[in-house]
Amino acid sequence: MIKAILIFNNHGKPRLSKFYQHINEDTQQQIIRETFHLVSKRDENVCNFLEGGLLIGGSDNRLIYRHYATLYFVFCVDSSESELGILDLIQVFVETLDKCFENVCELDLIFHVDKVHNILAEMVMGGMVLETNMNEIVTQIDAQNKLEKSEAGLAGAPARAVSAVKNMNLPEIPRNINIGDISIKVPNLPSFK
Amino acid sequence: MEAVNLLSSNRYTEKQIGYLFISVLVNSNSELIRLINNAIKNDLASRNPTFMGLALHCIASVGSREMAEAFAGEIPKVLVAGDTMDSVKQSAALCLLRLYRTSPDLVPMGDWTSRVVHLLNDQHLGVVTAATSLITTLAQKNPEEFKTSVSLAVSRLSRIVTSASTDLQDYTYYFVPAPWLSVKLLRLLQCYPPPDPAVRGRLTECLETILNKAQEPPKSKKVQHSNAKNAVLFEAISLIIHHDSEPNLLVRACNQLGQFLQHRETNLRYLALESMCTLASSEFSHEAVKTHIETVINALKTERDVSVRQRAVDLLYAMCDRSNAPQIVAEMLSYLETADYSIREEIVLKVAILAEKYAVDYTWYVDTILNLIRIAGDYVSEEVWYRVIQIVINRDDVQGYAAKTVFEALQAPACHENLVKVGGYILGEFGNLIAGDPRSSPLVQFNLLHSKFHLCSVPTRALLLSTYIKFVNLFPEVKATIQDVLRSDSQLRNADVELQQRAVEYLRLSTVASTDILATVLEEMPPFPERASSILAKLKKKKGPGTVTGLEDAKRERGVDVNGGPEPAPASASAASTPSPSADLLGLGATPPAPAGPPPSSGGLLVDVFSDSASAVAPLAPGSEDNFARFVCKNNGVLFENQLLQIGLKSEFRQNLGRMFIFYGNKTSTQFLNFTPTLICSDDLQSNLTLQTKPVDPTVDGGAQVQQVVNIECVSDFMEAPVLNIQFRYGGTFQNVSVQLPITLNKFFQPTEMASQDFFQRWKQLSNPQQEVQNIFKAKHPMDTEITKAKIIGFGSALLEEVDPNPANFVGAGIIHSKTTQIGCLLRLEPNLQAQMYRLTLRTSKESVSQRLCELLSEQF
Repeated sequence: MIKAILIFNNHGKPRLSKFYQHINEDTQQQIIRETFHLVSKRDENVCNFLEGGLLIGGSDNRLIYRHYATLYFVFCVDSSESELGILDLIQVFVETLDKCFENVCELDLIFHVDKVHNILAEMVMGGMVLETNMNEIVTQIDAQNKLEKSEAGLAGAPARAVSAVKNMNLPEIPRNINIGDISIKVPNLPSFK
Repeated sequence: MEAVNLLSSNRYTEKQIGYLFISVLVNSNSELIRLINNAIKNDLASRNPTFMGLALHCIASVGSREMAEAFAGEIPKVLVAGDTMDSVKQSAALCLLRLYRTSPDLVPMGDWTSRVVHLLNDQHLGVVTAATSLITTLAQKNPEEFKTSVSLAVSRLSRIVTSASTDLQDYTYYFVPAPWLSVKLLRLLQCYPPPDPAVRGRLTECLETILNKAQEPPKSKKVQHSNAKNAVLFEAISLIIHHDSEPNLLVRACNQLGQFLQHRETNLRYLALESMCTLASSEFSHEAVKTHIETVINALKTERDVSVRQRAVDLLYAMCDRSNAPQIVAEMLSYLETADYSIREEIVLKVAILAEKYAVDYTWYVDTILNLIRIAGDYVSEEVWYRVIQIVINRDDVQGYAAKTVFEALQAPACHENLVKVGGYILGEFGNLIAGDPRSSPLVQFNLLHSKFHLCSVPTRALLLSTYIKFVNLFPEVKATIQDVLRSDSQLRNADVELQQRAVEYLRLSTVASTDILATVLEEMPPFPERASSILAKLKKKKGPGTVTGLEDAKRERGVDVNGGPEPAPASASAASTPSPSADLLGLGATPPAPAGPPPSSGGLLVDVFSDSASAVAPLAPGSEDNFARFVCKNNGVLFENQLLQIGLKSEFRQNLGRMFIFYGNKTSTQFLNFTPTLICSDDLQSNLTLQTKPVDPTVDGGAQVQQVVNIECVSDFMEAPVLNIQFRYGGTFQNVSVQLPITLNKFFQPTEMASQDFFQRWKQLSNPQQEVQNIFKAKHPMDTEITKAKIIGFGSALLEEVDPNPANFVGAGIIHSKTTQIGCLLRLEPNLQAQMYRLTLRTSKESVSQRLCELLSEQF
């Protein structure tokens, strides 16, 4: 089972974190920090597997990671997953992102967190691999986009809905915005180099 | 709240944002969850695949118990309904899996299970993948219900493996057909023992194809291609290892891994080392693995990645046996000097275990451990050096050598504190053995130790003080020097209570006691009872909790071990020969204004105290292990015999009760005094086995025989055997004998006759992997059919003729009776005359019973 999926950049700034187990916020942050610490120290051509997701469930776990340009993709999995399989899954994930965003880069992940989450949800569900077929995933995402567009086309309904919601409950707004962009909540990490 | 409102919207965008919010940010907020559940329920019933998908995703991401309660009944219906879309089915399968993980008790098993199994035949590979994941987890808990999945999985696998790379279109990943699904299917098959012959043939074919494909030139230079291909390959290899039945495949797997060991991909080297580690434990391939030893050692030396080196160490540990132990231990020691700090402690433990386990020559063992302490003293835990001392004390032949070696090692200007501990202890016990050499005369020994004294911590100093008092006994000529040391203010007025007390007590002891008393009090340590090495337990503990806190716990527990452990050195009374009486004695000597030394009578009394309460149980008499094994299949005979004493047994068992007559024969012409046999059961055993007996007459005349009756009741199944400890006085000496009493689980067997059909029906009923224990072993005795039959009958089970299709095999059945339960047992013994091997399979309804019976019976052939 996949315990957690983390994406952070070369400076340890998290770009996406998804935990498939209940872990409280502070521990999550700590896990991200420690994982970054472990992964960033390693050379380019050593192996992609690491013992011990120290905080998530103990020694049975492994970190499997891949480094693309500015981003680290780290999957924390238990012993029931095939290591190479997960490595391939990371590749599929990245290729899918690439197809959906056309030349994906770190900024896409920052500004379209919701989309990235959707794509991930198409691939992994509750810690299990749901779909590995890239075309299938892309079709699903496209269908969603189309639905979104068509609904947006139906007059300015969503906009109206949003404004209605805003007026209904003013104090909620600032918090919503804060939560919307995950990276804002994370304190800057000192760089390790 | 806003999010929940969005959920009930009919628009996709709104709904989707709502769900996203919930799955990312809500965990199990109980107030909202009811509202959320309601919205989800509506969506699940909506028949709109997109909405259903969203709802299922949400359930899976939150996955709380409340959700499980609400939907565990619903989702299986969605999953097996005929009209559900493929993508929804996929989600439903994984969603159910998620709920099963969080709260297995809430997911009802039902008729949907059989239909889930048939999803393996689904057209849509995505559905198959999801279903396989689900079935794998469910099958681990309920193997019976999902048994049919094996043959389906095999046929699916063979279709994938044999398909051309273009057949599966979208599911072909870099020219490898459906790698994920293959991996999942192979995982599923690992939940079950090797299937029936027909299916097995097909499976073997698949596995061979996979192995063959590995040899083909790659279809693409891309790393993804080789990754995907090797993912399948590694999974196939672990299945082969799991089945452990096809020597052919095992050897091929091993060779394949051997190739990977030198591959330029670090990932592959890492995985190859890891798989080989499991492969090394298989009987068939152990030899094949050993051929790669050079490569592995090389990996240890040259690999840049610490996690790969760690695997290499593991593998070396796994492939070590008597033939290559010296080489491997030497390599590990030399690696230790440069090893990464994080893995040093583990390597130290491994070296210590290997050195002990495979030591032929104990001087080698002593050398190795001393080297170990020298190289990595900080990482040598207490258990390791306790163990050296135990071994040295228990083996007369190395004592002199050990004393000499530690003496030499101590001469190094800087040596580790652990070495001082070992040195102090060994010289205190056996310093006399090397005292003849003028270079290591008593005074030199003493000065050497004392030169280290000031550099050591308190526990070590305490130990050294004990050594000094032992020197007083061993070498009267240094008595004055030692008394001076003890008398000095730094000892007598030491701020540390322990040191002060020792100094005061030992000083008094050395001045007031006569040489006789000294000799008795400071006698050599009696041999330690042989026990399982505590180091091994330590390693297991260390491997288990990998978390930081777990490690800390382990370290803390080590402190506890000191008392429970075999070596009581740091306790104040330890230096004198037996713990409890000497504590009394020292207490007596400690009252400083003692009236002109103890009167002579008290000296005599002390000696008596010693001999009467010498509570240490003697180590099991040599050879008793063999005798014990003989009694597994018979009830009467001679259990133990030496020059003085013979112990005979006669026993009968019925259902869960038994009675055993023990005959003690005095073979000498002199009386035995204080003759006390005691039955010792470990705590575990005590709760499962009740033994009742009456004490026997404490004197046994020369040539006479006494009888003792033991009434036995088996309360529940048990593993160990009770130990019979006999203490008596013969002439002036105190004798102590321990033997294992052959009361074993199989004694409570009641044979059962059954027909072939019945047998196989029951055999199949007990097919849960936990219920079966199998052992493959070499024949120790000539393989004679009649003798084997007699042994199986003697073992207690019925021997069933004409049950097994192969007439050479033996099949037995019986019921183990205990007070609490009755356990049905089936056994099958397959001899292989060419290989001189047996395969023994036991199936019982209880895992521990299978295990124990298998152990007992394996010893017999």
